[in-house]
Amino acid sequence: MMIDTKLTPDINFSPRRIYANVLRHLYLMRTSWPRVLEMVYWPTVQMILWGFITLSLKDNSSYVAQAAGILISAVLLWDVLFRGQLGIALVFMEEMWSRNLGHLFVSPLRPYELVASLILMSLLRTLIGVGGAVLAAIPLFHYNLFDMGLPLISFFFNLIIFGWAIGLTVSGMVLRFGLGAESVAWVTVFALQPLCAIYYPVSVLPTWLQPIAWCLPASHVFEGMRELMFQQTFNSHHFYMASGLNVIFLAGGIAAFLAFFRVARQRGLLLQVGE
Amino acid sequence: MSIAITNPEYVIEVDKLYKNFEQVEAVNNMSFKVRRGITTALLGGNGAGKTTTIAMLLGLLLPSSGRITILGEDMLKNRYRLLHRMNFSSPYVDLPQRLTIRQNLTVYGHLYRLNNLAKRIESLAAELNLTELLDRRYGKLSAGQKTRVSLAKSLLNDPELLLLDEPTASLDPDTADSIRSHLERYQQRTGATILLASHNMAEVERMCADVIMLKKGQVVDVGSPDELIARFGRNTMEEVFIDIARSRSAEAQDA
Repeated sequence: MMIDTKLTPDINFSPRRIYANVLRHLYLMRTSWPRVLEMVYWPTVQMILWGFITLSLKDNSSYVAQAAGILISAVLLWDVLFRGQLGIALVFMEEMWSRNLGHLFVSPLRPYELVASLILMSLLRTLIGVGGAVLAAIPLFHYNLFDMGLPLISFFFNLIIFGWAIGLTVSGMVLRFGLGAESVAWVTVFALQPLCAIYYPVSVLPTWLQPIAWCLPASHVFEGMRELMFQQTFNSHHFYMASGLNVIFLAGGIAAFLAFFRVARQRGLLLQVGE
Repeated sequence: MSIAITNPEYVIEVDKLYKNFEQVEAVNNMSFKVRRGITTALLGGNGAGKTTTIAMLLGLLLPSSGRITILGEDMLKNRYRLLHRMNFSSPYVDLPQRLTIRQNLTVYGHLYRLNNLAKRIESLAAELNLTELLDRRYGKLSAGQKTRVSLAKSLLNDPELLLLDEPTASLDPDTADSIRSHLERYQQRTGATILLASHNMAEVERMCADVIMLKKGQVVDVGSPDELIARFGRNTMEEVFIDIARSRSAEAQDA
């Protein structure tokens, strides 16, 4: 029987191709419950750990007593950045682990469509993982992150976009240097963690490190979070700084991924995936 | 979509193709043409440059210099428009292991933006004897079954040009025969052009009208299997292959 499969004319940006790649990872999640469990497990464990630290400190620390949820908020928002980064890198490495890149890139899939699908999958994975921990914090510690209101949306997107920028750069490096470099995906973000002022203000850092910290969108987000929780004010300066920096970081992350992709094509790495 | 063809007789035109990896010259000043509607073999020993050439034809690997024209268009400039009209299968490139055959074909069908995708998958599965396996995970399949799935993926978009890297490697004779028969039927039905790299000389004699012999990244001989056999004074392509691999030229055979 002949099936009319007429190819539609090629277009430079296809939502359907992005959907195809998202679908591939949704299929994978559906067939692998450990992958889904892992998404929720670590953010929840972190939240519980910092929840108990909060309980132990709140009667002894004026810092914590002023805003009881400060540490839980910090760890949950940090996980948005971390999971956002990991969401990109892990989903990309799934393609390398399954040795699928050769087939993927002889299809009409554009590298920027792959980037778009990685971003969508990262958003989904972060919402599942951190969302689970956020909901668990309500009954466990009587703390609701959503009480932050609308500023939470700006914190969330500024952190996850920064995570995407790091994740895309890391994925490009893994493509360029092979799966032997996959530990880069796990450690890079932790190198930035001390500079992001998650649990303490930027002013705690040595004077010479502070300008570097202010170059990171995450530092502005966590400073803004503390100001919101301690003074109940949303500092638009931090919002604009974080957003502006994210434009630069995300553009840099996409450019780095595409540059590494081009190097991979020059060196024939798309067919020789391995260590 | 109508596309101007510079020379409708040839689907692939490779001109002075060169690729080096630092000091290693993988493909050295290679030129050849592949005629429309037939199967052409790309032959050569290990390291002759077959896979490198196929990777450059697909745009997976950028040449150091030279020109590749496919279906009348410059491959480097119009890669994505061309990838829409071609496809590739290799037992050495996997599909996601945890996805079922149906899921894998669905993903790739969407990547090619196919209409009537579900019916297309059912039809291909029936043709390649995969219907019973459609909902089985790819990672659970035998080598022969995986090869058939890879072939199904490569035929999803009814490609005008099909590039195959050792399509029957490690298959039993029965499965290999059914794959070859399917490719022959597909070519008769669609008029597609097939370029295959193979180490199976019986397969080449059966399927290929033209043969391009490679050695050390260069084209060393071109012709039909019969022409090559006659030129080398041999009885089979296997003997011709060994002669070329051991650097015995056709002239030496004549002498």
